[in-house]
Amino acid sequence: MSEKADQIFVLLQHWLVSLLPAGWQQPGGVVLAVLVIICLFPALFALAVWMERKGLGRIQNRLGPNRVGPFGLLQPIADGIKSLTKEDIVPRSADAAVHFLAPVVLVVTVFMGFAVLPMGRNMVLADMDAGLLFYFAMGASTELAVFMAGWSSRNKYSLLGAMRAVAQMISYEVVLLLSSVAVVMMSGSLSLTRIVEAQNHYSWGLPHWYIFTPWGCAGFVMYAIAATAETNRSPFDLPEGESELVAGYHTEYSGFKFALFFLGEYLAMFSISGLGTTLFLGGWSAPFSWLGWVPSWIWFFAKLMLSIFVFIWMRGTLPRLRQDQLMNFAWKFVLPMCLLNLLVAGLWRFMGDGWPRWVVCSAILVLAYVGMGWGEMRRKHFGARSYRYAE
Amino acid sequence: MSVVFYLLAALTVAGGLAAVMLKNTVHCALALTVAFAGLALFFLDLDAQFAGFAQILVYIGAVAILVVFAILLTKGSETPKDGVYSRNWLAGLAIAAGVFAVLGWAVLQSARVLPGPGGTPTATPEVTVKEIGNALMGRYVLPLEIVALLLTAALIGAVIVAMHEKEGAK
Amino acid sequence: MMGHATPLTGFLLVAALLFSIGLAGALTRRNAILVLIGIELMLNAANLNLIAFWRYGPHPEALTGMMFAIFSIAVAAAEAAVGLGLVISIHRHAHTTDLDAMNRMRG
Repeated sequence: MSEKADQIFVLLQHWLVSLLPAGWQQPGGVVLAVLVIICLFPALFALAVWMERKGLGRIQNRLGPNRVGPFGLLQPIADGIKSLTKEDIVPRSADAAVHFLAPVVLVVTVFMGFAVLPMGRNMVLADMDAGLLFYFAMGASTELAVFMAGWSSRNKYSLLGAMRAVAQMISYEVVLLLSSVAVVMMSGSLSLTRIVEAQNHYSWGLPHWYIFTPWGCAGFVMYAIAATAETNRSPFDLPEGESELVAGYHTEYSGFKFALFFLGEYLAMFSISGLGTTLFLGGWSAPFSWLGWVPSWIWFFAKLMLSIFVFIWMRGTLPRLRQDQLMNFAWKFVLPMCLLNLLVAGLWRFMGDGWPRWVVCSAILVLAYVGMGWGEMRRKHFGARSYRYAE
Repeated sequence: MSVVFYLLAALTVAGGLAAVMLKNTVHCALALTVAFAGLALFFLDLDAQFAGFAQILVYIGAVAILVVFAILLTKGSETPKDGVYSRNWLAGLAIAAGVFAVLGWAVLQSARVLPGPGGTPTATPEVTVKEIGNALMGRYVLPLEIVALLLTAALIGAVIVAMHEKEGAK
Repeated sequence: MMGHATPLTGFLLVAALLFSIGLAGALTRRNAILVLIGIELMLNAANLNLIAFWRYGPHPEALTGMMFAIFSIAVAAAEAAVGLGLVISIHRHAHTTDLDAMNRMRG
């Protein structure tokens, strides 16, 4: 019974495809899966927009939207109608072709990233041997779309925002890749389905997710930092800093194209959280072995929504980092920690089972973190902390 | 020849032509990106998945952005007043046409002379990433290490060459 | 992948065409960056040749062609970085990237 519930979408796909004539069955299956992804993730995007506005509102001690529907649940629909019916203004001196293509390229490359995520047992659109490499290739193409948007608007603020965004995305792309390489090393494959299967084992009821190992925990933290920077979310959102650059590289966009950028940003958040759960949080595997009866796709989407919640929480809580602070952080702190993490992962593998490897690996990582932090902070001089309260 | 091949060839050659013929330098860089994408699709058509994805990741994700940044930093997006082609453009074009003639003649001649393994492909090779990894760590470990050194040298060299000189130092 | 109907000469001709387009670009444009774009096109054409010969050759399981292409991609990226660094440095000195204006060592 739980096996049927687990595979319900796969069985549904097989049944629908069997209604087609024999020659069309294989492409029909693929087209069906693609349609499901194209319809499902924008629906989740609407939910995430609502979560963000309500969540940020509550963090900032206010209510958030509550007029359109119960608890403001129909607010995303109202936003969608507004975006689609607004006038699409293109500046006269803007480069029309590139200005039009930029949001299209962004959304297309972000959607391509979803093709390799395993959303449940046997529920991956394209089980490629080099799935992770494909995902990063698509992520690298998004940077070009951002640049196209900023340059084609012929606006100094847009260009500045675009260059900042691209510089930031390139720096943190390196961190993203290196923290994933540790996972690839330990699971022995670039294929995301095999990485999830390598984590789907339990000892004493607890799962073998990579986040529960010292190198996996450090890797996950660095991956999360890099993911926040890659999607230009706070605290790394200077490229679209609302108080500084108007709207950064999408200043000159209005109406549907702006909605496409918004969609692209949230979809990138979903896809990078999906990859993070696949690499470190065990993908579709349940947290405890006795919870194995719950369908696998429920676990994947639960972990995904949890990551989105953490993104929203970080946005509401942490102050923004300045561009040079952000780049310094990436190149001088996170990157050396990533390289050390690779070393520690190798040490973990070759020290064999038992408690010594836990102690040694954790000690190396903690000492490096504390040591580098102390080294960086020593050069900065802070005065005594002062508090100001609203009168 | 299959439809896919013709489409990809048209895309890549159009991208290449646009990359060398357009007036606006940034448009040239974007057309170059289209050519890179066409080539990546060619690699995928030839069952070289790793090379195809590496092409996208390195060329579109890094080299294209590098070119675009360099154009912006050298104010290349302003149209020059003397035109975009150099004074001796006819000689350059003639040399390129000559090179294409020689290469094309060599390819077509060899196709006629050796009709054996050149015309029909062998069976699809079973190339997994595991085999590529084994090859890189086994037979090709020396080139791998040398490329690592080369990349480090290029990284440091590029930073030093493009860095602002300190005032007074010469 | 369906069976290949394209003979090897198709791929080689496309590579030759791309190479000569790149060469024409490198030889006829004024802007130094466009010369570098031409060079990148030439390197890519050579990569296409390598992969085509690897696929249609007698021993594709030896991975020689693919390794060659991967190393070529890495080296080309390094060369683009250094070349563009040089162009930026020249621009800072001469305030132009026009290759026809760089004739100090002429004659």
